[in-house]
Amino acid sequence: MEAASPGGVLLLGAIALVALSGLPGLIARKGGSGGERLSALLVGAGALLGLVASARVLFLGRSFRVELPSPLPGGPLLLAADPLSALFLVPVFLVPALGAVYGLGYWPEAEHRRDARKLRFFYGLLAASMAVVLLARSGVLFLVAWEVMALAAFFAATTEDRQPEVREAGWIYLVATHAGTLGLFGMTALLARTTGGFAWEAPEGGLAVTASSSVVFLLAVVGFGGKAGLFPFHFWLPGAHGGAPSHVSAVMSGVMLKVGLYGLLRVVSLYGAPPAWWGGLLLLLGAGSALFGAALAAGQGDVKRLLAYSSVENVGIVTTGIGLALLGRSAGRPEWVALGLGGALLHVLYHSLFKPLLFLGAGAVIHGAGTREMDRLGGLLRRMPRTGAAFAAGCAAALAFPPLAGFFSELVVYLGLFRAFAGPDSSLLAAFAAPALAVAGAVALAAFTKLFGVAFLGSPRSDEASHAHEPGRAMLVPILALALLVAVAGLLSPLLAPGVDAAIRAWVAPAVPPGSVEALLHPVPPLASLVPLGTIALLGAALLGLLALFAGLLALRLRRASVARGATWDCGYARPTARMQYTGSSFGDWISGRLTPAAAAPVLEVRRPEGSFPRSAAVSAPRARDPLLRRLLEPFASRWARRFHDLHALQEGRLTIYLVYVLGTLVALLAWSALRGWVLPR
Amino acid sequence: MTHPVDILLVLVILLNFLVLGTPSLRMTIRGAALQGTLLALLPLLVHRGFGWRVAAIAVATMALKGLLIPGLLEKAMRDVHIRREVEPYVGFVPSLFLCAVGTALAILFSGNLPLAPEHAGTLLVPASLATLLSGFLVLTTRKKAISQVVGYLILENGIFIFGQLLIEAMPFLVEAGVLLDLFVGIFIMGIVINHIRQEFSSLDTELLSELKD
Repeated sequence: MEAASPGGVLLLGAIALVALSGLPGLIARKGGSGGERLSALLVGAGALLGLVASARVLFLGRSFRVELPSPLPGGPLLLAADPLSALFLVPVFLVPALGAVYGLGYWPEAEHRRDARKLRFFYGLLAASMAVVLLARSGVLFLVAWEVMALAAFFAATTEDRQPEVREAGWIYLVATHAGTLGLFGMTALLARTTGGFAWEAPEGGLAVTASSSVVFLLAVVGFGGKAGLFPFHFWLPGAHGGAPSHVSAVMSGVMLKVGLYGLLRVVSLYGAPPAWWGGLLLLLGAGSALFGAALAAGQGDVKRLLAYSSVENVGIVTTGIGLALLGRSAGRPEWVALGLGGALLHVLYHSLFKPLLFLGAGAVIHGAGTREMDRLGGLLRRMPRTGAAFAAGCAAALAFPPLAGFFSELVVYLGLFRAFAGPDSSLLAAFAAPALAVAGAVALAAFTKLFGVAFLGSPRSDEASHAHEPGRAMLVPILALALLVAVAGLLSPLLAPGVDAAIRAWVAPAVPPGSVEALLHPVPPLASLVPLGTIALLGAALLGLLALFAGLLALRLRRASVARGATWDCGYARPTARMQYTGSSFGDWISGRLTPAAAAPVLEVRRPEGSFPRSAAVSAPRARDPLLRRLLEPFASRWARRFHDLHALQEGRLTIYLVYVLGTLVALLAWSALRGWVLPR
Repeated sequence: MTHPVDILLVLVILLNFLVLGTPSLRMTIRGAALQGTLLALLPLLVHRGFGWRVAAIAVATMALKGLLIPGLLEKAMRDVHIRREVEPYVGFVPSLFLCAVGTALAILFSGNLPLAPEHAGTLLVPASLATLLSGFLVLTTRKKAISQVVGYLILENGIFIFGQLLIEAMPFLVEAGVLLDLFVGIFIMGIVINHIRQEFSSLDTELLSELKD
């Protein structure tokens, strides 16, 4: 725990490498490949160091704490790594490294002379600031790192700022993130008033819960939930994630959302006895997020927006787990804590594997077929077999097919929910959360069936799709690496369980210090004692083996037989055309009529011709617009924009007018202080 | 009113009126130059001790505000062939009236300030505030860029008078820095004025609002 621990030096060095990775590229020759290779190398090296350091903390228990003197108000800068931080650090280092390699092929300097350097610079900064957020233990440092992260994400996501929709999504994101940060400022100030300092460290037994701590909790839910994309604060997410370059989407969706969840976990962990409604609220928001995200994902026509809404669903699942763990804390049920938080943390890890895989795969599709509109794709599996297979694995993992990654984490969350409403002093909310997650899972199944079926199966619906091609090695290797991880990560969950247990203990530790009576009487049981992870993993491996055997036999038979290749889904027609297939819209129409509420149904946007010689007219493809954004936030925002428009008259752009303002203020101040001298007694 | 400092300051205030009341650019510049020269004498009078520091400030101020800057401005005026300020935003008589009101307010206000006893009887603070306000008036009511530079100069003169209250507390370096700042500022403005004329063939700052965001 000493200041100059090797773990701390390793981790801070790793962060510095990642943060500075974009710098050499800024001075390198424009259009040359030296800068981008060096930058990918630096991110990779930093990530390797960072992963080693995180594993030391997570599995060997080598926590550390560093105190740096600071000229800023708010005390010294505290940095500390406990297993909880370390668990979240794993995706923070892993995904950006793979994304950086992917970026060499996806956004090469040679083809993007205008913005590739800017993108690389902010990409490195984004990854490094996320790591600092995870380590910061003083409010001031946390907020600084948080803001750097938010702004770096803004600049990275708006790389294609020439497109109006990317700019619009960027503005919405910027407003949303700053509204959230405002909440966090309030939270930090309130917290500092309670603890008497900006250090986020709880006294023995945790902070006492008072009326102001409920305000702290609500502000944390708004601020951190906004960053995590939790319903109803998710409205910025699909646009920003959809419009960003794919490897940035992968980092934002796969990692940055988790940093929001981490913040919520960290702040809540400071309190000794959280009231039951905290956990209840998180259960509700989590279940709502899962349902809402899945329903809107099903209505999307854009590959990346669909994936972004699916992230909202997955954040919902994680939040449900966190809510259950909080309920367990207030009810004194350590096994709820273990299952809820264990499932949540596993899902954080696994989602940060399969969602980047899907986003990188979607990037490969955009790269190969030149469009993100599902209704213009089709038949890609034949043209991009490797990407297609990896994408299928990602979809299956997102749908929690055993034995892939998502299955294990969701299983643990479900088991926790079952235990919470089956046993004595059961929780009614948990009884509602489990079916809500199940329904969300069913809708997500429909959404991903649509995504994979329309984009990869069938015949191409456009010329671009029929000329699609497999991406280059720089893009393919990260995709295949993630696919491999997705396949084995679930099977490795018995090995990951000790790390997750350590993180759960670290989360509980401020309130119930290890060695205290409470900790001895009601220890948080290890995950493996509650769920037979080992057996399930063995069964899963057997299942995979069987599948491989079956596939091998099939391949053997096919080699002997003569195989005729024809159009997919020709249904016996003599001359099938691509227009006879299902489209994404027609399939989605079937879903949104039956499985999801009407508010989430896709609508057509019609721009009618106007006048005798109309300039333009268009009918967009049907797309589901966020009801929250469309019905609530947009009218609200435009009403205020109209009000503020009148103020614009004050800002004339003429220097003289501004000087008059200064003069007026000066005279008013002088007059006020003169009058005060007369009116008030000296 | 018998103190020599006060006589000097009354002259400075009168010069404010001169600058505000005349349409001739040459008179405006000369008025500001004279005001600067008078102010250069101020440190010598406020401080009884005749140290090298005070003398250096006086000489530097006189050289800059009395000679160098007015010279620059007159050269700019000749270069751009403008002699008169026509059609200011606020006419000459109303601006004189405003200046009078401002001066009265300044005197009233400074009566209420808790000043050090050695400054309480003098006109230092009222003159400073009145000059500040007149500078602001020139800056805001005139259209020609040269007049605005003069306004800036007068504004700075007001600040300079106020600085006399603090001359013992203020390091020499700060005053030297302020003077240098002023000089560089006006130097740059002189160059900018020339370029504005070349680009837009007018010095009406009103037309510059085309450049706003």
